[in-house]
Amino acid sequence: MHEIRDNIKISVRGLNFFYGSNQALIDNDIDILKNKVTAVIGPSGCGKSTHLRVYNRIFELYREQKATGTVMLDGENILSPDIDILELRRKVGMIFQKPTPFPMSVYENIAYGLRLHYKLGRDEIFEKVEKALRSAALWDEVKDKLDKPGLALSGGQQQRLCIARAIAVEPEIILMDEPTSAIDPIGTAKIEDLVGELEKKFTIVIVTHNMQQAARISDYTAFFFEGRIIEYGETEQIFTKPANKKTEDYITGRFG
Amino acid sequence: MKKRPVFLRKMTDKMVKVVSIMAAFVGIFLLFWILFEVFMRGFSAFSPKFFMDISLDGENGGIANAIVGTVVITFTAVILGVPAGLLGGIFLSEYGRSSKIGNIIRFSSNVMMGMPSIIIGLFIYSIIVYNMGTFSGFSGAVALAIIMLPVVLRTTEDMLSLVPNSLREAALALGTPRWKVTLNILFRAAKTGLITGVLLATARVSGETAPLLFTALNSYYWPAEPCWQFWQFFSSPTANLTVTINDYAMSPYPGLNSIAWGASLLITFGVLALNISARIFFREEKK
Amino acid sequence: MKKRDRTNDSYPDRIFRTVTYCSAILIIIIMAALFIQLLYHSVPTIRRFGFEFFWSKQWDPVNLNFGALSSIYGTIVTSLIAMLISVPISFVIALFLVEMASPGIKRIVSQALDLLAAIPSIIFGMWGLFVFAPFMQDYIQPFLGKYFGFLPFFKGTPMGIGMLTSGLILALMILPFISAVMRDVFQMVPPVVKESAYGIGSTTWEVSYHVTMKYGLQGILGAVFLGLGRAIGETMAVTFVIGNGYTVNASLFDPATTIASTLASQFPEAVAQPIFKSTLMELGLVLFIVTFGIQMAAQWWLNRIRRSTGGGL
Repeated sequence: MHEIRDNIKISVRGLNFFYGSNQALIDNDIDILKNKVTAVIGPSGCGKSTHLRVYNRIFELYREQKATGTVMLDGENILSPDIDILELRRKVGMIFQKPTPFPMSVYENIAYGLRLHYKLGRDEIFEKVEKALRSAALWDEVKDKLDKPGLALSGGQQQRLCIARAIAVEPEIILMDEPTSAIDPIGTAKIEDLVGELEKKFTIVIVTHNMQQAARISDYTAFFFEGRIIEYGETEQIFTKPANKKTEDYITGRFG
Repeated sequence: MKKRPVFLRKMTDKMVKVVSIMAAFVGIFLLFWILFEVFMRGFSAFSPKFFMDISLDGENGGIANAIVGTVVITFTAVILGVPAGLLGGIFLSEYGRSSKIGNIIRFSSNVMMGMPSIIIGLFIYSIIVYNMGTFSGFSGAVALAIIMLPVVLRTTEDMLSLVPNSLREAALALGTPRWKVTLNILFRAAKTGLITGVLLATARVSGETAPLLFTALNSYYWPAEPCWQFWQFFSSPTANLTVTINDYAMSPYPGLNSIAWGASLLITFGVLALNISARIFFREEKK
Repeated sequence: MKKRDRTNDSYPDRIFRTVTYCSAILIIIIMAALFIQLLYHSVPTIRRFGFEFFWSKQWDPVNLNFGALSSIYGTIVTSLIAMLISVPISFVIALFLVEMASPGIKRIVSQALDLLAAIPSIIFGMWGLFVFAPFMQDYIQPFLGKYFGFLPFFKGTPMGIGMLTSGLILALMILPFISAVMRDVFQMVPPVVKESAYGIGSTTWEVSYHVTMKYGLQGILGAVFLGLGRAIGETMAVTFVIGNGYTVNASLFDPATTIASTLASQFPEAVAQPIFKSTLMELGLVLFIVTFGIQMAAQWWLNRIRRSTGGGL
């Protein structure tokens, strides 16, 4: 247990979330472990994406959305107003359901984030871009089309481009919000392989509605239902002998 | 890696935010400044004489003839321009969606919408005024109608395009002829948008000045006198508010300047009232 | 009963279709007729002055010797001032509306801008002549003259009127159009693209400048072209405040003229002189061709942008 406590990357306590007067998350408590893949599963509308969107405070773009409670990242409460939000978002990268390449070239898509956060020379930027593309297993496919628009790549490539863009700025955590739901099966397989690779360097939290995917790639799994975390534990345990009846029903496909 | 200082990035962001808030406020401030000046200076020109009399006696005259003239010219323009615009819009939306002729028409309307109104005035001068040998209120109305035409055309197309295809198919499936489907069903479905579009176009042309300088010109008389001799509208210059403003503003007599301000207040009020009621109508009906 | 189908329309349907067709092509006919008329009536001037018309500074109604340079110069300078001021301001106003303002404020500001757009141009002329020009004369122009008088643009006596005043009023007039289009463009950027830009740690300004703006480039260019077209053709407001000086001077304080204001202010005198009238027709033709060209350029440019960014808007 002691070993686990040392490895806690994010520690959430008493997290409540509101869309205006609608409560979407109720008293979420969870510890996300370092260099592990944590899958978040549950039926649609259960709050799993909402939960994820607290970690980088992206929900703050919308006036009516509010979060209360504490989310400690390496011992710092990220919900505190003193947190530097730009630095937080550099540390906590995010991948969305649909690929979101910016309307610029493949190269610029990645250089963009680098230039925002770092003072780098041209050669250094090129080096970092190449490194990021290699880490995202995309380099070989795009090395000849670095100046093509990012939007010209295939869906799966676009999504890996977004992953490369996120890891280029050297984050510690990568949030993935159903990253393969808009991608074809081959692209999905590549991204799943990639997640296994990235785990060595980053802490990954991935929301998915695909239970096989959660079983395949994650170390830990949290099951959400109606805004509450019903069950959280090692993936194998959750999928083989869930403690809660609802978890079992969901996993065996009785609802959701 | 060397970090870029967050402080500077945030400063830039703050500065841009402050500047953009200021820009928005300056824009609103200028709007109110203009409206305030027009109201203060225009209101002091108002008197019973201003509304009842025609401007025969120079510096202290009224502009009743110009008020009537503007209403008549605008109304005629609506009668000439709106039906053609509606029908043309039907063609674009119902028959010419992706045809070559449809695209050419669309391109032409875009060009004509961006065409300076003074060019339209020059055009009508050269084909109507020049050939008939006389300035006339009617030629002014034609010029305004041409300005309205592309606006109504494109609005109609946009509004009809918003009507779902299923409605067309359902009506056609009942055996309703195409023209009946369009006029009875599509027009009813798009009614709010169409009326709003026409009102906005009317508001726009009723404040036009430049085309009238070449066509309706101005006059110190009623548009037709006695009023059953309506053909005077076709054969002689017709008084109107905007050209009156133009003529009196440049005058060295303060009394005439004041009349110009009064006319400015009237036309501003009229145009904005039309514009605002169109928008309110659109919002209320949409609910 | 006779069966009808859509390929074999009934008589009323065919008539209806023909009527709508005729109404629609009316706009093409008008545009073509407009061009032909202006060209036809310009012939006497074209014959008389040839190409020299475009670079001659002459404007001599007494000896009927005309050149378009002063009008063209004034048009370019005033439009340039208007665009330089209006485009960035519209950009930040649109930014304010989309990224910062609360829904209530957004509605109020948007409606105010709509009203500003609806005010007739002659009202801007009145305000410009009686309110804004004296303000320029008393405050802005002396200030510019004092501190930037070493520049040729700000030399000369402050008279209130002139190219600078006209350019500023034009900027105010086209502001609502450009900012409305830019606002719409900003709103069309998918929220998830913006989120991912924020998600990588961008500030609002960085998101707007690097992502939103590029995403809506074609729309923004469309707004710029729209504004430019309006500025170039705007007549009454400019006629009131530009001073009608048929000269070509560097100083923005000097009276000048634009094509449109020349047409409006010289027409009463030109009616009786065929060659004078023809001169105005040729100026009108120039304005027509420029407007047409701007529209063509806009379409072409937008297509090109669309291809090179592989989608975007």
